[in-house]
Amino acid sequence: MRITGVRAVATTVLAALALALGACADDGSDAGTGSGSGDAGNPTGTIKEGLKVAFLPKQVNNPYFDTSDNKGGKVAVEEFKGTYSQTGPSEASPSAQVSYINTLSQQQTDVIVVSANDKDAICGALTEAKSAGAKVVTYDSDTQPQCRDVFVNQATAEGIARSQVKLISDAVGPDGGEIAVLSATANATNQNAWIEMMKTELAKPEYAKLKLVATVYGDDQDEKSFQEAQGLLAKYPNLKGIISPTTVGVAAAARYLSGSSYKGRVQLTGLGTPNQMREYVKDGTVKAFALWNPADLGYLAAYAGGALASGIITGKQGETFTAGRLGQFTVGANGEIVLGDPFTFDASNIDQFDF
Amino acid sequence: MAADTAVARPGRPVWRSLLGSWDAAVLLALVVVIVVGSLTVDGVGNPRFYRFVVVEAIPIALIALPMTLVVVTGEIDLSVASVVGLTCAVMGQLWQLGVTSLPLLILVSLVLGCLLGGLNGLFVCVFGLPSLAVTIGTLALYRGLAYVVLGDRAVADYPVDWTRGMIAPIPGTVIPWFVLVVAVLAVLFGVLLHATPVGRALYAMGNNAQAAAYAGVAVLRTKFWLFVATGAVSALAGVFWTFRFASARADNATGLELSVVAAVLLGGVSIFGGRGGLVGVIAAVALLGTLRNALQLADVPANALTIVTGTLLIASVVGPNAVRAARGRLRRRPLAGRTPL
Amino acid sequence: MTHRLFLARELGIALALALLVAVTFAANPRFLSAQNVKDLLLGSTILAILAVGQAIVVITRNVDLSVGSILGLSAMATGVLFVGTPGLPVPVAVVAGVALGAVCGAVNGGLIAAARVPALVVTLGTLYVFRGLDHTWASGRQINAADMPRGFLRMGSATVLGVPVLALFAVAVLVAAGFVLRSYRSGRELYAIGSDPEAARLSGVPVGRRVFWAFVASGALAGLAGVLHAARYGTLDANAGLGQELNVVAAVVVGGVAIFGGSGSVYGAALGAVLLTTIGSALPVLGVNPFWQRAAVGALILAAIGLDRLLAVRLARRLQGARHGR
Repeated sequence: MRITGVRAVATTVLAALALALGACADDGSDAGTGSGSGDAGNPTGTIKEGLKVAFLPKQVNNPYFDTSDNKGGKVAVEEFKGTYSQTGPSEASPSAQVSYINTLSQQQTDVIVVSANDKDAICGALTEAKSAGAKVVTYDSDTQPQCRDVFVNQATAEGIARSQVKLISDAVGPDGGEIAVLSATANATNQNAWIEMMKTELAKPEYAKLKLVATVYGDDQDEKSFQEAQGLLAKYPNLKGIISPTTVGVAAAARYLSGSSYKGRVQLTGLGTPNQMREYVKDGTVKAFALWNPADLGYLAAYAGGALASGIITGKQGETFTAGRLGQFTVGANGEIVLGDPFTFDASNIDQFDF
Repeated sequence: MAADTAVARPGRPVWRSLLGSWDAAVLLALVVVIVVGSLTVDGVGNPRFYRFVVVEAIPIALIALPMTLVVVTGEIDLSVASVVGLTCAVMGQLWQLGVTSLPLLILVSLVLGCLLGGLNGLFVCVFGLPSLAVTIGTLALYRGLAYVVLGDRAVADYPVDWTRGMIAPIPGTVIPWFVLVVAVLAVLFGVLLHATPVGRALYAMGNNAQAAAYAGVAVLRTKFWLFVATGAVSALAGVFWTFRFASARADNATGLELSVVAAVLLGGVSIFGGRGGLVGVIAAVALLGTLRNALQLADVPANALTIVTGTLLIASVVGPNAVRAARGRLRRRPLAGRTPL
Repeated sequence: MTHRLFLARELGIALALALLVAVTFAANPRFLSAQNVKDLLLGSTILAILAVGQAIVVITRNVDLSVGSILGLSAMATGVLFVGTPGLPVPVAVVAGVALGAVCGAVNGGLIAAARVPALVVTLGTLYVFRGLDHTWASGRQINAADMPRGFLRMGSATVLGVPVLALFAVAVLVAAGFVLRSYRSGRELYAIGSDPEAARLSGVPVGRRVFWAFVASGALAGLAGVLHAARYGTLDANAGLGQELNVVAAVVVGGVAIFGGSGSVYGAALGAVLLTTIGSALPVLGVNPFWQRAAVGALILAAIGLDRLLAVRLARRLQGARHGR
């Protein structure tokens, strides 16, 4: 691969020129896709056509997000005739998300729907994306409020915590005992909010016999969650119950318990998908667990994004908008929109669902 | 007689010494990628595109500089990403403990980097252990210590001025000012490698450490200081990383060492030592970064990029061998010279 | 003399392992409960199989960094096969996984042996390429445990007389590899290649061919490990085996296989794998912050290579002494 001296010099000069030209040009030529930026929303407006909506979940190979984005968000975006796409990292890392946010904003995406791996870490990139004209909707897991326009929450943190604590208490029985939490990543905003609420809930007198002895993190990775569940049982011989408020964690823990001598003796509950949990409910490893319909969450998030980009809402408390078949929703405090209450699955109804 | 050795020889113009034919090939590839990308992908060639490419390439470029020198001497340092991670963790913990002076944080980080690099140097130069094995060990050790310091948490509540300031552009352009730091270091390392007796000694060491020692080169001492320098620069990259992502976590920069090594090898530096130059490496860092971002903009899935990086890496070693074999000048390198590769 | 050295090294690890288990048992007797022992064995099986393959390669003075990616690819292949053809007998899937791994190993071996390229670079490249192929194949989806055949998953946690079936796989692999390396000429030649490749070539050892087959073996074992991973964990995504390569090299180094090649045994590598896995389980039981585990592994690697270097220097001095008639 011989390149003569002259050509070498020419190439270097060309390369330097190209980079210099690109680099020294000012950034002023970026026109944001203008959206109705009046001070108040326009509740009677309709969603514009042709909006580019991109979903950026915590990680892409997670069946929960597969359902919420491809079976919920995509359906909604097609309903209001936008362009749908899903992208994201394959491990739940905040720095990986930053890279994707930058790409999306360069591609002039109108709406970015993101589930944050960390409350603060992606704020810088999101703020830059907003100044380039994108509307930012967080769903499932929030960031700091100032970096996004609205947050679509699947249920209130109190509602989720209450349901989880009640489920484990019912499963473990009136004698109570030691319980532990198998969470996702240590910085996930939603996980930390729910765990805090669970601690508050556990302080109530009716749960006096339950004692939270540990919180471990499975990083939303199946293998790690499996090993953490194993570690919990090895370390706490008197453990009576595990709460795993993450679909990856509860599935892994269920699989471990089901193949071990602890099946039926150590109770498990959490937030899981019916398809993953069905066999463990049927074989008695898990008595009941909760979730909401992730597809509905993605659907609502897409509509919220569309409404934002079309000027129907601006994220202020009290504004209303219609989200397709789910009906009307009102923006709450801090730009939060709540989907509903968690739903409990058990042996009596698990066969009715397919997600 | 290597046509692609970037070694200064009398009668040879400086730029020709700087630019081996491999370096020129990488630069050409970079230009091709930019041109083709600008024409086919919407957004490439845009000033914001360059901004993002540069911001993401800075840590890799930083660490690739001393890494080039290390690989030229026939050693390798795989612990660099863990040094970044440990630096981030220590900074995060210090911040949580109330240390809010930015100069102090940076100073502590640099000192830490020197110490960590020095430990590598100690094992390799004083105890005589192979650098591949040692740095695999310190990779695990330093990363583990990062987790001990910070656990699973992330410290992300740094002042916005710092985090925004770290990637703030040079006034009038979109390029982040930190590039100047990288440029200064690049010039320093480049001059050291290509235009000083120390640099020539590095090549000598890489070619034959024993002969170099007999010729009076302080082999072990030089290698030791190279490891220290690598540690210090990695710590600097850690400082940049923490503020750029506004988040100090123990798992920051996991896997970064592979990107750095890939860039160094792609840049024409021989893994056996004794060949290669800084220009090629910088061009390779730019090439990999531009390619990655251009493909991302074109919505090519990340896996395709992984495959491309891997193929380029393999091609970068198989190619020259194949070319040389075809020309009948197959150089008989021992199957695995001094290094266990 | 080398035999004595071998005994010393492997015995050392076995002793360290026994000591660790004893200390942890004293702290918490439940550490040796039937369930926990089963979990320990299961956890170390996959790493042990990978370590045996890696040891074969490292003995020849090479390294195979792509084993994690090969494991992932093979696990995904197993999952896809089962989902695609539900009635597939388990042995067929095992053979398919091993074969896929062997093919990947052949790619590595071919490039390294034929093109005379350094193994570090090639396997670094194939680490990327195979992982990328894995991701492309998976295209974001995940194979659920619910989609895998019951019998296969049961194999993942079944036991025979208290010993997990998966561990029996590992033992079989270990015994076979150990036997070949000790008692077959081609096995002994691997050590020769690692000690001094030029001398080996000049003595007529077909270096290229041996190295090629060493990598094929490493790839095939990584393929087997992938199938067993699928059986153990059930749920698979494209990240299976990510980052495992460094654990494997650690296990091999700790197990006494010199990174410079030419010495060590697969038994040591397997013991190293068991030791590393046991440390991971023992730390939480001992009340040590589990985050110390990674750091402990790093310290162990450094100690192991330091020790090996010390032994090598001692041996060299002793040989020189013998030569000088002392």
